[in-house]
Amino acid sequence: MTPPGYAPLAGHYDEMVGPDGALRPHWRTVTGALSAAGRHEIARRTQEARRLIRDNGMTFHVHREGGTRQRHWPLDLVPCVIDGAEWAQLEQAVTQRARLLNAVLGDLYGPRRLIAEGALPAEWLHANPAFLRGCDGLEPPGGRWLHLYAADLVRAPDGSWWVLGDRTEAPDGLGFALENRIVVNGVLPDLLVTAKARRLAATFEARKLSLAANAPGHRENPRIVVLTPGPTAENYFEHAFLARYMGYTLVEGTDLTVRNYRVYIKTLGGLEPVDLILRSQPSEACDPLEFGGGSVSGVPGLVEAVRRGTVAVANPLGSGVAQSPALMAFLPALCRRLLDAELKLPSVATWWCGDEAAREHVLDRLDELVVKPAYPRVRRERTFGRRLPEGQRDRLADRIARQPHRYVAQEQVALSTTPVRAAGGFSPRFLVIRVYALDHGDGYDVLPGGLGRVSSSTDSLDVTLSGGGSSKDVWVVGETVAPHRSLIPDSVSPIAVSRATFDLPSRIADNLYWLGRYAERAGAVVRLLRAAMPLLSEESSRRSTAALTGALSFLTDLDYVPPGAGGGDLPPARALQAALAAMLCESDRRGSLRWQVDHLRNAAWLLRDRLSADSWRIISRLQSDLRSDRSARRERGGMRRTLDQMVMILASFSGAVNEGMTRGHGWRLLDFGRRLERALQVIELLRHGLTTVAEDERARIELLLDATDSVMTYRSRYLTSLRANLLVDLLLLDDANPRGVAFQLDRLKQHVAGLPERPAPGRRSPESKLITAAVAAVELVDLDELCEVRDGGRPALAALLDRVQEDLGGLSDALTLTRDYLTHAAPVRHVAR
Amino acid sequence: MSTAPPPGTAYRVRHTSRYAYAETVSLSMHQVRLTPRAGAAQAVRDTRLVIDPPASGSVTREDYFGNVTTTFTIQDAHRHLRVTAESLVSVSAPAHAGLDSPPLTDALARLRGRGPGDAAAVEYQVESPLAPRGSLYARYAAPALDPDRPLLEGVDALMRTIHREFAYDPVATTVSTPVADVLEGRHGVCQDFAHLMIACLRSHGVPARYVSGYLVPRPGVVGAQASHAWVSVYCPDVGWVDFDPTNNVRPAGGHITLGWGRDFEDVSPLKGVTVGGGSHSVAVEVLVTPA
Repeated sequence: MTPPGYAPLAGHYDEMVGPDGALRPHWRTVTGALSAAGRHEIARRTQEARRLIRDNGMTFHVHREGGTRQRHWPLDLVPCVIDGAEWAQLEQAVTQRARLLNAVLGDLYGPRRLIAEGALPAEWLHANPAFLRGCDGLEPPGGRWLHLYAADLVRAPDGSWWVLGDRTEAPDGLGFALENRIVVNGVLPDLLVTAKARRLAATFEARKLSLAANAPGHRENPRIVVLTPGPTAENYFEHAFLARYMGYTLVEGTDLTVRNYRVYIKTLGGLEPVDLILRSQPSEACDPLEFGGGSVSGVPGLVEAVRRGTVAVANPLGSGVAQSPALMAFLPALCRRLLDAELKLPSVATWWCGDEAAREHVLDRLDELVVKPAYPRVRRERTFGRRLPEGQRDRLADRIARQPHRYVAQEQVALSTTPVRAAGGFSPRFLVIRVYALDHGDGYDVLPGGLGRVSSSTDSLDVTLSGGGSSKDVWVVGETVAPHRSLIPDSVSPIAVSRATFDLPSRIADNLYWLGRYAERAGAVVRLLRAAMPLLSEESSRRSTAALTGALSFLTDLDYVPPGAGGGDLPPARALQAALAAMLCESDRRGSLRWQVDHLRNAAWLLRDRLSADSWRIISRLQSDLRSDRSARRERGGMRRTLDQMVMILASFSGAVNEGMTRGHGWRLLDFGRRLERALQVIELLRHGLTTVAEDERARIELLLDATDSVMTYRSRYLTSLRANLLVDLLLLDDANPRGVAFQLDRLKQHVAGLPERPAPGRRSPESKLITAAVAAVELVDLDELCEVRDGGRPALAALLDRVQEDLGGLSDALTLTRDYLTHAAPVRHVAR
Repeated sequence: MSTAPPPGTAYRVRHTSRYAYAETVSLSMHQVRLTPRAGAAQAVRDTRLVIDPPASGSVTREDYFGNVTTTFTIQDAHRHLRVTAESLVSVSAPAHAGLDSPPLTDALARLRGRGPGDAAAVEYQVESPLAPRGSLYARYAAPALDPDRPLLEGVDALMRTIHREFAYDPVATTVSTPVADVLEGRHGVCQDFAHLMIACLRSHGVPARYVSGYLVPRPGVVGAQASHAWVSVYCPDVGWVDFDPTNNVRPAGGHITLGWGRDFEDVSPLKGVTVGGGSHSVAVEVLVTPA
């Protein structure tokens, strides 16, 4: 039954409801189930989906003037349902189009007969910035120019499908389509089964086999990497997600290097050869030597390596030339010529203004057409002629007349509508579906689904997500087609067992090191805040004016609280509470908890493809907990609860890392960061806590014990007797205390010994010298001398702390700055003359 | 117009580029186009490229435009780089010495009709990154490029206009000065004048390409002892004809051609990418002597 209140728009095809007002048969299961569930249940599941999206860190970047914003991925839970029989037709048509564009690319970078014989205008090709002359004559393995092709489909009022645009460069959205399915499967698991929606996973498995078969050298287990522009890229989430889903290493240009015409990945263990690069960035950004343009983001020498056939790139460099919308005007004739067949999937009527007759037609009908750049770069502006005021339309006509080849115009299509969840039930929205054809070695598989995008209202034709639109999972239901037959033979020889973690890129190692440091630093702040909490309680035996002012000045000395925080005239208890609340709630202040957690989360974001899903969720939770419910944290109970919660979350992060990470170089670097930071934190606490003798030293010692989580150990040894020298022994010298400095130094020494690049026999690395010096300094000291009080301070303690801190600082620099472990990559520069 | 040397005169060319880096370069890759291109008016008899420190790998091939291109890598740490290209060439005056040509209107109509041989010229008719098309350039060239005038006469007039109105000034512009600024400032060097003239011609639909090479030093010529650049124009029935706006001459045996492309970017004599190196200084020395 059609859901009550659902009113399709006149003059548009509706995906769910036929012209007679009846539910289309292939929607029955889905519409029935969603209607039966009821509004509240759907709302609840939508919330659940949002939580999954947030926890998985599923975001995209919106680049606007004034900066880049990260947004959570918008997903409407109601799937867009397509009939299986109809899909079978679409599959064939999309496959044909992929084959056609593949053939066009092969000609454009080869004999260029299409140009010489006038089937395609020479002007169109030669003015196309995506036509890369450095790629001329390159023949990708098997002549495959499109490993992945995507088409944006729209449905006209008569029910026929049309292509709005082709994507041949590095089609995006495939990862989001898959993640949409995973989220929807998480909240509507039964429906997916009862509706018999076709699964997506098999297509990805076939793609993996096909990519492996395409790698040059035909190694049994080729090394495949996903090349991303980096964490600020619009779709970085997707790059990281796909890399992890498919089991490939995510790399940036600087992670790769070319030696002797072969591409290598720089790993902690040295250079490892790369066989195939899955490209998520435009071709011209891939090799600064060949394509120039001032970009240093790519891999210098990549084109030469491709030319030598030592590495393959998918899609091959230069493939973007075929996604010019101008090409759509010529496809029917090209299809007859190259495939000897009629084009099965037509394009929305398109005119390239570089052609004189087409231009005149466009200028005559400018008020009805949609104008687009013929050579889209990063952004794809569209201008709806109908919506332009007269003056602006004249100016557009002027621009077209001056540089006609730069423009195409398209017929404006009355888009079909599909239901989205709305306040009262369901409501129609305009729909565009991106479908994907994936090379399977001997042709194309079409992903049985895709990325649906809908407008934010029926007043807008804008389905872009940055323009306020939403995404949808696409379900192909009903008639099933014969299962895919892969022509790639199953692997026969076994893959050698490997225990090495050689594919750890140096950049990742560096990020892991910093993740360890940020996690530890956040933990230190939380524990310190929590240690100060008991002082606020009127019942506390520790509470005294001296203890309160002492704690406040301690926090100020540590630079956690701005000088004079809480106001000079407040009573000390109120002043301390205000200072603690500020540390918990303020976001912009350097050193505040929010600031620390944001840093931790950013460091984790850079490691999206390296962290387990659990680790990532834990960190997301940390940040969202801290952002929510701010007012409650102003009062003591709320503060306490938040801090307890955070201690637990951070402990579970440690647990996830310690129990879940293989003891390879990645874990070593992360633990290196943790240990080093923990030692530095304890040193800071001791310096500000004990090197000058506080007025109420007992309260200070209690605070330090709490802040270092060492109360239990201390009590078990010394009961309630609070002495500075005992504390120093426990926190600095005792190598059995896992919170103490000596323990951390011991671990760091082991880590240094385990670093991959060892110096020649008889020589010591700078890291080894520094850690040995720090360990010796702590081991050789005498406790009584160390704690001797002179002039109201403990100068020997201060000197030792300085010394160890300096060694550790040097160790961090040696590891991250001066040695090759983490910085294979010095800055890349252009020279020209 | 200066008098041409006798046909088939032989010259020895030595082009040396020296780079000194402030910091160690751990890896560098370069692409050079320093080997003269053989053609109807130029024979290349002997050519070699010396790289110091020695390259760990080097490959020479013809690029998309048919220019001889060498790509080399240095994988050992280095603080300097010297690239020396030496060639023995003989040049002669081109066959088509005069300005006889169809009127501009007819030539453009011919190009639109795409006669045999004309198709390849389209590449140089459309804009390229450093030599765009625009109404600014069209207006500047309009007086010279009269539709009824023979095409090559118009081009010759445009060359004379640029030579007259622009000052040769090696410090006014850099490698990356846009051609619009050159037009605005009325000064520049050979590369700027070539790009400007190409932009003007393309804005009228006339195919024009950028030629990289050297000048035979003679009294009064500007731009010898360095890389030089000029313009080549396509005229139906005639073919490609060279014009040097810097010296106000039509090359006739006094120009040695390295190669050509849409603009400087396509034929840059030497470009490269280094890992490390910090700031660098460069010295270029060109020596052309009679052989």
